[in-house]
Amino acid sequence: MNKNMGNEMLIKNGHVIDPANRINKKCDVLIADEKFVEVGRVKKQVANVIDATGKLVVPGLIDMHVHFREPGDEEEETIASGSAAAVAGGFTSVVCMPNTTPPIEDETDVEYVHRKARKARKTHVYTMGAITKGREGVELAEMGFMSQAGAVGFTDDGQGVQDPAVMLRALKYAQMFNVVIAQHCQDNKIAGKGVMNAGYYSTILGLPGQDGLAEEAMLWRDIQLVKKIKTGTVRYHAQHISTAGSVEIIRAAKKQGLPVTCEATPHHLLLTEKCCAEYDTNYKVNPPLRTEKDIGALKEALADGLIDALVTDHAPHLASEKELEFLAAPFGIAGLDCALALYIKALIEPGILDWPGLIRLLTVKPAKIIGVDKGAMTKGKQADVTIIDPDAEYKIDVNKFRSKSKNCPYHGWKVKGKVVKTIVGGEIRFSAED
Amino acid sequence: MSSKQKIENDIGHPFIEWKRKHLLGLRELSAEEITYILDTAAGFEELSSRAVKKAPALRGKLVVNLFFEDSTRTRNSFALAASRLSADVVEFTKKDSSVSKGETLLDTARNLEAMGIDIVVIRHNAGGAPTLLSKYINACVVNAGDGYCEHPTQGLLDVYTIRKLRGSLKGLKIAIVGDITHSRVARSDLWAMTKLGAEVTFVGPPTLLPPKIEQLPVKISYSLDDVIEKVDVINMLRIQFERLGGNPFPSVREYSHYFGLTVERMKRAKPDILVMHPGPINRGLEIESEVADGKNSVILQQVTNGVAVRMAVLFLVNQAAAQHAGQTL
Repeated sequence: MNKNMGNEMLIKNGHVIDPANRINKKCDVLIADEKFVEVGRVKKQVANVIDATGKLVVPGLIDMHVHFREPGDEEEETIASGSAAAVAGGFTSVVCMPNTTPPIEDETDVEYVHRKARKARKTHVYTMGAITKGREGVELAEMGFMSQAGAVGFTDDGQGVQDPAVMLRALKYAQMFNVVIAQHCQDNKIAGKGVMNAGYYSTILGLPGQDGLAEEAMLWRDIQLVKKIKTGTVRYHAQHISTAGSVEIIRAAKKQGLPVTCEATPHHLLLTEKCCAEYDTNYKVNPPLRTEKDIGALKEALADGLIDALVTDHAPHLASEKELEFLAAPFGIAGLDCALALYIKALIEPGILDWPGLIRLLTVKPAKIIGVDKGAMTKGKQADVTIIDPDAEYKIDVNKFRSKSKNCPYHGWKVKGKVVKTIVGGEIRFSAED
Repeated sequence: MSSKQKIENDIGHPFIEWKRKHLLGLRELSAEEITYILDTAAGFEELSSRAVKKAPALRGKLVVNLFFEDSTRTRNSFALAASRLSADVVEFTKKDSSVSKGETLLDTARNLEAMGIDIVVIRHNAGGAPTLLSKYINACVVNAGDGYCEHPTQGLLDVYTIRKLRGSLKGLKIAIVGDITHSRVARSDLWAMTKLGAEVTFVGPPTLLPPKIEQLPVKISYSLDDVIEKVDVINMLRIQFERLGGNPFPSVREYSHYFGLTVERMKRAKPDILVMHPGPINRGLEIESEVADGKNSVILQQVTNGVAVRMAVLFLVNQAAAQHAGQTL
C-alpha cells in the first residue's frame, strides 16, 4: 500500500457534498498519502489532477448489506467479483452478510473474508458475523473473537433469530463489544412458505404469500427486547424493512429514544408485488416486493429521517437457478453495479431527498451503525471518494455488470446518474472510461 | 368433411383464427374466447357419440402428458381427447418436480422437445410452471393444473356443463364451497363463470380464504346455510389434505357440519340446483353420498364433457401453432 506514499491527487472544480462536515459547495479536494488533506479552494500545483467540473464529489459510498457468496457459492459471486461490482457502483466500503456456506461464524472466517478482499484490492470489505452458530438460532456464536478479528456487527441474515430468549441474550452479550445486532425480521411461523407478498397478486397467481406481519411481528418483538435491556450500549438494526407497518414500529421506537436503526433497499422503493405477475423470478426477493402503499410509507420515512441507511442487499444468483418455477427459485436481486442510479430515480427525482440527504444515508450514517471511521472527507481520514456525473443518462445493461450474476430486474431501465470514478485510499480503483 | 368444415357446420358461424398457442389460464381469456372454446367443444361432443369416435385433426402430432402430480381423471381425459383427434400420446409422469432436487423443469421440457413434441399438457405443483415453460419452449403448452393457480380445462368443462344444462350462465348464482386458498379449480371457475355473466360466491372458513379475496369479483360467505337457498349451481371442492398447512379447521367432523353438502341441507336448496364436484370425491366429508349420486348431481356429466372440452383446447392451440409457424417460417 506504500506505493502511493507522498503521491498527491487533486480533484478540481467538483461540487463537493460531505454531509458529515456540512459541506455542499463547489470546491477542490486534495489527497496525499492516501488521506484527505484539504477540502476547499486548493491553490497548490499538483501533477495528478482530476477535473471534476460538473460532477459531484462525495465521500466514498458505503453499502452495509451485500452478499458476496464466498465461501461456498463462488459460481454466483466471489469477494473479487463482488468488489469489482462495488467500485463500479461507487461503493468504497461494503459489508458482507455471513450467510455463506459455511457461514461466517468464527474469527478465522472473518479473517478469510478480509484476506480475500485484500487480494481483490478493489473496495474495503467488512463482514458481519453470525449471531448464532450455524445461523440456527440456538447457541450464540463467538461474537467476541469475531469482533476482535474485525466483524462490524452480527446477524443471521437470510433468517431471523426466531427464539426471543436467544435474541435477548444476543442483544445483551453484544454490548460487551459495542457492536450492532442486525436482524432479518421474519417470523417463520407467520411467513410460512411464502414466496411473494401475501395479497391480491399471490391470490391470483396461486403462490403462497408471505404477509408483512411476519416482518412486523419480529420487529415489534425485538424492540420490546431492546426496551427491556434499557441500559448499556445495546444497538439494534432492522435490515431491509419493507412495509408501512414496520415504518410505524420504527417511528414509535425512535420517538421513545431507543437505540434502533433501520435500512431500506432500492427494490422496496421502486418495485411492487405486481412485478411478479408474469412469474419472473428476478422479482423474487426476501422480504418480498410489497405494495404502492408500502413504498409510500418508506419514502415518507426517508423524508422524515427515520431510515438510517440505504443498502442494496446485493444477492447474486446464477441464471440457471433463477430459470426455475417461481416457487423453487432462490430469493435475491443483484444490484451493486446500478444502485446509485436507482436511489436517484427513487428519491432524488421525485424530490423525496436532496443530494446531501441521499449521500448521508450512503456514507456517514451507515458508517456510524457499523462503527467504522468512514463516510466523511475529514482531514486525516483515509481518502475514499466517489465522483458522480448526476446528469449522465444511460440504459442499465446487466451484461456490463462486474458482478458474476445478472439476476437484476432493472435491465433496460433508462436511468440518470453515473459513477465516474471511485477512489479507495487515495487510489483510483474504478474509472468509467475503462 | 374436414374438421374445420364440421365445426363451422356445428357452431353455425365462421371458423375464427384462434391466436393462442398456449392455454395457461382463463384469467387472460375474454368472454368471447371462452365462448368460442365451448362452441368448438360442442362440435366435438357430437363426435363422441358416433360409432367411430375419431377425427383426423391432430394426425401425426405428438402430445405429451407431463404430470408432476398425481392425477387419473385429468390425465386420462387429456389422453382420450388427444387420441380421438388422432394424435400420438406420450405419458410422462414424474412425481418429484424440480422443487425437490433433480433435473429442472426446463431441462425436462427441452429434452422432450428434442424428441419432437407438438403439445405439452402439464400438471405441476408450482403456480406458474406452465407460464415458465411457454417462455422457453416452442411447443404448445396446455395447463392441466398448476399449484393453486389455475386448472383452465376444469373451469371450461364446468361452464360447459352449466351452459349445456341451463342454456347460459348469465344471471346465475353459483356457490363454490370449501378450501378456496388451495383450489385452482375455484380460481379458474371464478374467471370463467364471471366472464360469462354469473355471480359467484366463495363459501368456506376464513382460514381457507386467500389474502385480498375482496379485491376479486366474488362474494364471500362463511356460512353454507346462508347461501344454499339462493344458488342455482353449487360446486363442492375437495378438501385437499395434501395441501393444507397446519390445522385450518379443528376437525373433519366440524368442517362437515358447517360446509358439507348433506341431504338435510339439500332440502333447502332450489329443486333444480346443479350439484357439481371436480372430483375425486371425499364421500361423507364435503358431500354426502346420497347427494353426490342424487338427481341434482351432474358430477359424471362433468367428466364426460371434459373430454370434448379438452379436444377443443388441443385442437385450437394446435391451430394457433400452425398459424404462428406459417407466419414465422
